[in-house]
Amino acid sequence: MPLVVRLRSAVCLLGRFPALAGVDLDVAAGEVVLLSGANGSGKTTLLRLLAGLHRLHSGTAAVLGHDLALDRRGARRAIGLLGHETGCYDDLTVRENLRFAARAAGSDGAVCDAVLERVGLTAQAGVTHGRLSAGQRRRLALAVTLSRDPRLLLLDEPHAGLDAAGRAVLDTVVASAAGEDRTVIIASHELDRTRALAGREVVLAGGVARDGVLERASQAVPV
Amino acid sequence: MNLWREAWLVAGKDLRIEARSRVTLYQVLPFGLIVVLLFAFALDPSRGVLSRVAPGLFWVAVLLAALLAVARSFQIETENAARDGLRLSGLDPAAVFLGKAGAIALQLAVLEVALGAGVALLYDVELRSLGLLVAAAVAATAGVAATGTLYGVLAAGLRVRETLVPLLLLPVVAPVMLGATRAWEAGLGSATADGWPWVALLALFAALYTSIGMLAFGPLLEEA
Amino acid sequence: MNEEGLLNRRLATVIGWSALVSLGVLAVLGLWVAPPDAVQRDAQRLMYLHVPAAWLAYLAFGVTALASALYLWRRTRSAVWDRIAGASAEIGVVFTALTLVLGSLWGRPVWGIWWAWDARLVTTAVLFFLYVGYLALRRIPGPGRATRCAIAALIAFVDVPIVHFSVDWWRTLHQEGTVFNEELKAQIHGTMAFTLFWGVVAFTLVYVYLLDRRYRLEVLEEGRDERELEQAIAERVASGDADGPGTSGELVDSGAPR
Repeated sequence: MPLVVRLRSAVCLLGRFPALAGVDLDVAAGEVVLLSGANGSGKTTLLRLLAGLHRLHSGTAAVLGHDLALDRRGARRAIGLLGHETGCYDDLTVRENLRFAARAAGSDGAVCDAVLERVGLTAQAGVTHGRLSAGQRRRLALAVTLSRDPRLLLLDEPHAGLDAAGRAVLDTVVASAAGEDRTVIIASHELDRTRALAGREVVLAGGVARDGVLERASQAVPV
Repeated sequence: MNLWREAWLVAGKDLRIEARSRVTLYQVLPFGLIVVLLFAFALDPSRGVLSRVAPGLFWVAVLLAALLAVARSFQIETENAARDGLRLSGLDPAAVFLGKAGAIALQLAVLEVALGAGVALLYDVELRSLGLLVAAAVAATAGVAATGTLYGVLAAGLRVRETLVPLLLLPVVAPVMLGATRAWEAGLGSATADGWPWVALLALFAALYTSIGMLAFGPLLEEA
Repeated sequence: MNEEGLLNRRLATVIGWSALVSLGVLAVLGLWVAPPDAVQRDAQRLMYLHVPAAWLAYLAFGVTALASALYLWRRTRSAVWDRIAGASAEIGVVFTALTLVLGSLWGRPVWGIWWAWDARLVTTAVLFFLYVGYLALRRIPGPGRATRCAIAALIAFVDVPIVHFSVDWWRTLHQEGTVFNEELKAQIHGTMAFTLFWGVVAFTLVYVYLLDRRYRLEVLEEGRDERELEQAIAERVASGDADGPGTSGELVDSGAPR
């Protein structure tokens, strides 16, 4: 079973604070994993660490075959992170922001209309980012993430701020992930909803994970 | 996608934002003109002092305005965690550097045309060699834009960036100040020395700091 | 070089005492043994402090730049270089300020000016500001500090010769300060030359000693930070224990190799 993520005793500091205090985690290809835990338990930091945005203080971490201690940027082309903020520009429209992200990722921008359709933002295509509501921004962030066609989807509280229609879109995206050869890790407080989507739950408490490691770990091979 | 196309993409993004928000046009440019005006208050217009020191004052005004342009260029990356977006985008950091520096340079060029007109009008100067003036301005602007982008990204995530970038940038671009002023003195006919060797110095500075910028932007962006 | 300092303790002590003694000897040489200058009289004795201080200002910056480069290069990356870079800069800025002040004090009685626009003085002034900027960066904490500072040091280091060259060219074109320049280039012989050389040696010993002391301080601070971190980690994990949902108090996952 190929491993997309393999962390052992991962410690990650925010300033001087140990947000992650020794995390062990395995995620196999095609899995949908729910990351749950109280506020401040380190979920966001863990997802950002996997995306290579944070530096590993100690321990080992491999994502999509790249050792995060040596090469934080290598896996980024294949990773899509849906974080709390959109990473977009207030003065540009939805379509302009999406085109920029898509073209930066190497696609030609034609995929934009299809993605906008999928997340339900076609009507807002010409609205500047600064004027979007929080839920609309979430959808745009999802669109940006999808336009990059990532192998590993990292979703940080994706349902927050979305209306019912938006949540349905998100659930569809997650549900179709396995069929599209994607792996998904969702950090969420919406436990009922996400437990239905996920194949496995890992609880984060005090910067440490429970049930992070798969059984038969010795037989697992890093991707 | 190759380096230049990615840089073009980033520059286009920055310039589109400027076209939409018009911050450089409506805020930085007036600031430059006010500086030019203030110098006139500080010195005596009636004794021909201004026309003699016009090149130096022009370049001081440009440098101060460049501080604002650099700050603005990185301010847009602070909103909505756009910097994270750039890091995750997969863009080559050297391309992001070239794109941002290029956009800053272009905005400074527009600024210089306007300020140059202001200086010519207010300080009563005589044009001698337009080619020299333009060449020096291009090289100097490239150097300032490159160095400014370098320090801009270095300070991007820091809380004290607004006071830090001027402190870091101005000493380093002192040779640009020197060279550009000397070249413009020659071009405006108020000094006898040949200005073209200074243009060569400015070009060397620009090439050097563009190279450093392309190498260092990536690591600095990751630490921001 | 051992873990706690750049030099081992005994060597550091020897250098410290040597520095002190050689400064004393310098004072004797500079104030009594060396003859007064024919033209400048006793004011010229400031040169025995000013020139060594200038030498050190630039040496320290060179060390900072070299250490920064070694830190940035993957193969030699080590916290040691970062510590050296920071320590050297702290010492260097003091010597740079000293150079500028002594230069002023020397220039005033001899040439009647507090300042002159010659390449060396201007470059030293710019160097001072480059140091100040570097030290401002140094004060900002965070995991990226070492990389930020190292890159900033190299950017600044590359700039110094450009500044010197451009100011030099500027002044020769203007043909001003010729008298000043000529006097600075005047030949120095005999006792005066020896005293100058002794000054450079003495100041270098002071620099090496201070570098080692500052390095040790840095190591001690890092040790304290490490201990605080370990404690913070323990507290963090314990807090998770307290409010994690239905946990049995076990922190370690099954079967994971550590």
